[in-house]
Amino acid sequence: MGWFKRIKDGIQTTTKDKKETPEGLWHKCPTCKQMLTTEEHAENLWVCDKCEKHHRIGSVEYFHILFDNGRFKELETSLKSGDPLKFKDTKTYVVRLKQAKDKSKLTDAIRVGHGKMNDQDIIICCMDFNFIGGSMGSVVGEKISRAIDASLKKKIPLMIISKSGGARMMEAAFSLMQMAKTSAKLSLLAKAKIPYISLLTDPTTGGVTASFAMLGDVNLAEPGALIGFAGPRIVKETIGVDLPEGFQTSEFVLEHGFLDKIVKRKDLKNTISNLIKLFAN
Amino acid sequence: MATLIEIEKPLQKLLDQLDKAEHIQNESDVDVSKTIKDLKKKLREKRKEIFENLTAWERVMVSRHPDRPYTLAYINAITGGDFIELHGDRTVKDDKAMVGGLGSIDGQSVMFIGQQKGINTKMRQYRNFGMANPEGYRKALRLMKLAEKFNIPVISLIDTPGAFPGVEAEERGQGEAIARNLMEMAQLSVPIICIIIGEGASGGALGIGIGDKVLMLENSWYSVISPENCSAILWRTWEYKEQAAESLKLTGEDMLKNKLIDGIIKEPIGGAHNDPEETFRTVKEEILKQLKKLKAIEPDKLIEKRIKKFCAMGVTK
Ligand SMILES: [Zn+2]
Repeated sequence: MGWFKRIKDGIQTTTKDKKETPEGLWHKCPTCKQMLTTEEHAENLWVCDKCEKHHRIGSVEYFHILFDNGRFKELETSLKSGDPLKFKDTKTYVVRLKQAKDKSKLTDAIRVGHGKMNDQDIIICCMDFNFIGGSMGSVVGEKISRAIDASLKKKIPLMIISKSGGARMMEAAFSLMQMAKTSAKLSLLAKAKIPYISLLTDPTTGGVTASFAMLGDVNLAEPGALIGFAGPRIVKETIGVDLPEGFQTSEFVLEHGFLDKIVKRKDLKNTISNLIKLFAN
Repeated sequence: MATLIEIEKPLQKLLDQLDKAEHIQNESDVDVSKTIKDLKKKLREKRKEIFENLTAWERVMVSRHPDRPYTLAYINAITGGDFIELHGDRTVKDDKAMVGGLGSIDGQSVMFIGQQKGINTKMRQYRNFGMANPEGYRKALRLMKLAEKFNIPVISLIDTPGAFPGVEAEERGQGEAIARNLMEMAQLSVPIICIIIGEGASGGALGIGIGDKVLMLENSWYSVISPENCSAILWRTWEYKEQAAESLKLTGEDMLKNKLIDGIIKEPIGGAHNDPEETFRTVKEEILKQLKKLKAIEPDKLIEKRIKKFCAMGVTK
């Protein structure tokens, strides 16, 4: 606790952010239709107790699961998207951003927290899929870049939880260059020999897979996540036949050698803190 | 006979007339050299008129012109044939959509890498339409590391509709291959010059696109997605590709204005395909100019500047 007292401002606990779980509300597993009360569901870390499907959760839940007592200091909370291209498709990007903010109560598709994980310092960047599909624009890139700066400065291990459909089209080439930016920044972390743990969750595709998500010193994934570069629909269109069973799942990616380990949500915290302890040697 | 794309159709009549006149000149005793001269002048003016005010979508069409020169044509011209192609990623196979090798430009050794498109139906398939698989990116990385070992600068020529989205590409880690290149290129201790010579689509282009100088040919495009796919995703139809091309700000001019590239290389009137030799000369001059500057920078400083440049990209508030 003393460690937290040294941080003057910005302390947050996830308790106040936690989703209301009024009694009597039920959650139905989309995979096996198992019914769980929302309380049981949360207690089970949003994993189905029958089929073990790891349901999609956001940064609020991951920070709650991974940081000791759910306590952390959130970094870089003020960064917001610009609209450099004045992008407009069926609606303007500005409107899209506002709607995403209203819907998700988030400022963009990633949050950065600094806290303790089993008593060891760690900085965690966690993507939020419910903000424009977890897409990577300038804010995501810049927040990761600044999280790496903090990691470098304080010599604290970094973890990034990926959950993204890829680049944010409405930021066009700006979004493409976030791949370059985050990967270049990670090269500095690698040079400084600070551990970087990448956790790929459902779904991780496109430019996120083709940059920081695949560059961990250790690449972990939750079970059954969709992980790939090209989306399954595009691959299917390319080959013109049905995709093989289990294509682009965590298990498939592990089998082909691009993941170190698949970790169940309940084991995430201990696995990661143990890895960091072993790296620290 | 040259292929004409839609915007070049107004040239058809003049080209036919020129063809006839040249035939007469060559096959008979009648001197029509003045007519030929006049026609060439008219063609030049017409080309200038057409190419002066291209829309973003029209530029995309020019970047895909079937007569546009591809990577190996540039390499052969720039090195005057002093080029040895090197193959394979040492792991899986040799990717025909990604070429590379050692060559010399005016006595200086350089390592070339780049996507290669095919010049006819058979070759287009052989080159997989310039869409590399993971082994292509790994071959490029192997060659870049080789260049680094012998302190040789890297010239990356980018021309791809994207990294290949196939089953085997996914099995062999397309995402990892591109990601690895981004990280490794950031730390490469030799100068890297990247030139988008045609299409610069998404991660497939960026995968060999981390350079100290990133330049775009005047009629190339570079963005996160092709206008067609952007239209398909955002408007749910391909109909809006022109509007998507505008919105994406994918031309050299816009990319330079947004500080996402370092410069534009002018093309001859009528586009690179209208005068490939002139294009090769301009590109060679630009490479020599940039090499001179970059070679003077200490490796540590070079890497630092390169990383800083990419880290400054993006707009937040
Ligand atoms: Zn279930």
